[in-house]
Order: sequence, then C-alpha cells, then structure tokens
Amino acid sequence: MSLDAMGAREISLTIPVAPDMEIVATAQAAAVGEFIEMSRDKIDEVKLALVEACINAFEHAHARDDRLHLIFRVGRENARDFLEVEVLDRGRGFDQASIEQPSPEKTFSGRQKRGWGLQIMRSLMDSVAITSGEGGTRIVMRKYT
Amino acid sequence: MSEVCRVAAERRGDVAILSTDGYINNQGGEEIARQAYAQLETGARALVLNLEKTRIVNSIGISILIEVLEKVMDRKGQLAFCGLTPTIDKTFRIMGLAQYAAIYPTEAEAVQGVASA
Repeated sequence: MSLDAMGAREISLTIPVAPDMEIVATAQAAAVGEFIEMSRDKIDEVKLALVEACINAFEHAHARDDRLHLIFRVGRENARDFLEVEVLDRGRGFDQASIEQPSPEKTFSGRQKRGWGLQIMRSLMDSVAITSGEGGTRIVMRKYT
Repeated sequence: MSEVCRVAAERRGDVAILSTDGYINNQGGEEIARQAYAQLETGARALVLNLEKTRIVNSIGISILIEVLEKVMDRKGQLAFCGLTPTIDKTFRIMGLAQYAAIYPTEAEAVQGVASA
C-alpha cells in the first residue's frame, strides 16, 4: 500500500536541540525510505545528509524555541519515487555567500577541519535547497529511489 | 544503529586494528582517537580502522579521524580503513581522507597492505 493510498504524504517530527537527537530523525528517515523501497545505500545517504543538517542547526542556528522541525515527504516525479526531508530551525539564519568552501587541502593543512556539512549534504542528495533569513533556516533535500 | 560507538582493539605485531560498532560522532571519534593514540604510544606503527559495523560517520567524527591520520603521518606510520559502506566511502573521498589513507574492502587486505608498506 502506498502512502498516497493511506492518505498520508508527509510526516512531521519535532526534535529538541540536544546531543544525539539527530539519530531520532534518521530513524524516521529510514522508516519512510524503506516504505518507498529505497535502497539501503540511498537511505544511508539520506541519513547522513540529515545528520549534517541537524548538527549544523544544533551548533549554529541558536533556535529560539530550542527545536528542529522536520517534515518527511514522499512523492513521485518523472516516474520515480522520492523522499524529501525538510529541516526548519527558527534561529538567526546565515548568509550562504559568507560560508567558506571547504577543501581537502585546507582540511589537511590544519586550517579548516570542520565546515563540511553543506558540501556533504549536496554531494549525497539529488537536490538541496536552502533559504535562510532572520526567521530561521529551511533546508529541503530530496533523494530519488 | 547504536548511539554509542564501541571500539575494540586488537594487536598483530606492530599493526593495531581498531574495530568500531555504531555511530561515529564526536564521542565515537574521540574514543577512536584515545585508543589509536594508546596503540601508537605502545609501539604500533600502523593502524587499521575497520568500520564494517558502522553505517554513519558524521563530519565531526571524520574531522577527529583526520587528526588521528595526521598524527600517524607525523610518525611516518600507516593508516588504512576497511569495511566502509558506499556512503562512508563516498564521504571520505569528498573530504580527502582517501588522498592520505588507503581504503581496502576487507580487514585482511588492509592488514596486508599496511604491513607491506
């Protein structure tokens, strides 16, 4: 039975900004991914991208409600199912243009070991859209089966 | 997946094998580093990190693994990874670990690789 047939195309989850709460989010992503018969390797990619989105928000967003608001959506486009994960924080936002691009050279010269989160998300997901401002940051990531 | 990363150490001559089980985040990375440094202090020349029971390594955990790799390189030692899932393998390549450390499919190949290096 599809989620459409069950009348549910999205699942919402709110997690507190607290250590290891990203694992709670990945468990939900895995469950939805399995439901649409996404491969285990692709589910792992979604899980890691989601982990990076969560820990970025935990570390940098300073969410006013100390929460992350997640939505897991399933859909179909061009005859392919997809899992879309939206991560919303009600924090202070950030200027994407100000983010320094990481590189292995910078990482191994000791100048910048961190800062890989966005790059990892973009590398593992089929699409990543980020909107950020004073109201917070919204990341919408999609992976096709 | 366990939230706590367990790390088991085994020694074969001057090669230390650290096997992880669970999520490698900052705590998991720090436990790996603690055990890796203990092995180096007691004479290990090469480290093999077997991640076959780990399905997620976050970027904080990887940054700690890079610190371990740098310490091994400073000592002119060897570090190799094995048992990586495709996602971890891809992430290690994105972040450049594959440029500085060998990646093998199996523990046996990794041990042989660092022993002959």
